[in-house]
Amino acid sequence: MERVYLDYVSSKPIDPRVLEFAKRFLEGSCGNPSSLHSVGLEAKHLLEDARAKVAELINGENEKTIIFTGSATEANNLAIKGGALRNMSKGKEVAATAIEHISVLNPMKELQKNGFTLNLIPVDSTGMVDLVKLEEVLTKNTTVTSIMYANNEIGTIEPIKEISKIVHDKGWYLHVDATAAAGYLPVDVQAEGIDMLTLSSNDLYGPQGAGALYVKPGVKLQPVILGGGQESGLRSGTENIFAIAGMGEAARIAKEEMAQESERLKEMRDKLIQALLMIEGAYLTGHPTKRLPHHASFRFDYIEGESILLNMDRHNIQVATGSACSSKTLEPSHVLLAIGLKHEEAHGSTVLTLGRLNKVEEIPTIVKSVKETVERLRKLSPLSSREVI
Amino acid sequence: MAQIGYSKKVMEHFMNPRNVGTIENPDGHGKVGNPVCGDLMEMYIKVEDDVITDIKFQTFGCGSAIATSSMVTELAKGMHVDEAMKITRNDVASELDGLPPQKMHCSNLAADALHEAIKDYESKKETTERGTKAQREDGRQGKHRS
Repeated sequence: MERVYLDYVSSKPIDPRVLEFAKRFLEGSCGNPSSLHSVGLEAKHLLEDARAKVAELINGENEKTIIFTGSATEANNLAIKGGALRNMSKGKEVAATAIEHISVLNPMKELQKNGFTLNLIPVDSTGMVDLVKLEEVLTKNTTVTSIMYANNEIGTIEPIKEISKIVHDKGWYLHVDATAAAGYLPVDVQAEGIDMLTLSSNDLYGPQGAGALYVKPGVKLQPVILGGGQESGLRSGTENIFAIAGMGEAARIAKEEMAQESERLKEMRDKLIQALLMIEGAYLTGHPTKRLPHHASFRFDYIEGESILLNMDRHNIQVATGSACSSKTLEPSHVLLAIGLKHEEAHGSTVLTLGRLNKVEEIPTIVKSVKETVERLRKLSPLSSREVI
Repeated sequence: MAQIGYSKKVMEHFMNPRNVGTIENPDGHGKVGNPVCGDLMEMYIKVEDDVITDIKFQTFGCGSAIATSSMVTELAKGMHVDEAMKITRNDVASELDGLPPQKMHCSNLAADALHEAIKDYESKKETTERGTKAQREDGRQGKHRS
């Protein structure tokens, strides 16, 4: 059976155009952009070209607002730890939604261990942040508030513009993790009032090994990694030019093709959601309409997500799950618990994310595979035989 | 959302589990786990002369939960109940060519479900034997009285 990859939220294949563009660095000079000789300057040129392209994708004021890192995780760490530690004189409070990625929550928890107050803002059953609660908990001591543009597990898009007003009215910096959203939604840091924004190369069909943090002019950060002072002193270490050049080209392509591609994926997503909700005991997780255009996430009664993943992989269809059984800690996804699912409900989670290689003709194959999988696993399950399927 | 690698044998048992289902009026029934934790196993056995002649299971859970349930039924079928009580989590895991460390509790559950079913059988047997003995004694007394 031909492969149908539906796990674009976990990783994306590198775009062949990106590879073609970036491989010149590996095949050519491999210089260090900090060197002043001509080989170094070639690398420097690629680096600055990428910086400009990434800034353009999110409408940054200028290319200097982009700090390249090794990953989105590192960018999140820089924003949160760097922001909180640099601005301790203003206060020692940080805030985030309960559904942030662990690369946001864990640095926040570390700050908490070191004497900071962490305010976790709840979300409703669709994953929308509680704006009233946000307004309540933020104070002039809250230096960094981190709220994701859209959630990777349930696809919900947060109202960033409204959030920005509240954050700037009550606290200081708004950090937005746009890893799952960039390239699908037209992110505009200036229009939306964002102080810091995280991007990932791989999530834009670029190479793995690069991330970026947009830092608004005037925002004060402290570096997390110290050394030779690369990236305006905020991220020392020789830049990964191959990955960064690729990320730049990936950002350029994303900006150019986003509107059309998102529209195409949205149509497929809606067809998929419509068909899969016909299955009894199948429920959509996340927001029904304010969701990423490529994101379809569900939970199924009586069966467990890892089994669904493994069974569909046998049909050569790759999906993701937030079930406990597929995690190292054996805890269900904190996102699914935060939207109010019970443990036994969270175990049945399945996430299907579409991308550039998917075609609308694949929908019947996907639907058939999900139906067969659900049916087979329910026959094995002692829970479904007791109740009507 | 990380996936954990399984052996070919685990995948084979997951895709083609043996002895799936229930047994009506089983001689023993075992139930372990909890849907809240993400694993629930039920085991049914038929026993003749202390030998497990038939065994069926139903499992709600991940790939290894299903595979270990299937494996434990295969191991126990045809076995004397005393021997089947000795099946350990390590037996189940090694028969499946190993399990990832964080999945070892699944093989524990599968062996536990089997042991619970056997215990249920043993306690039923005891009740029946006591019943039969009592009946016999009643009979004797009756005879005596007559």
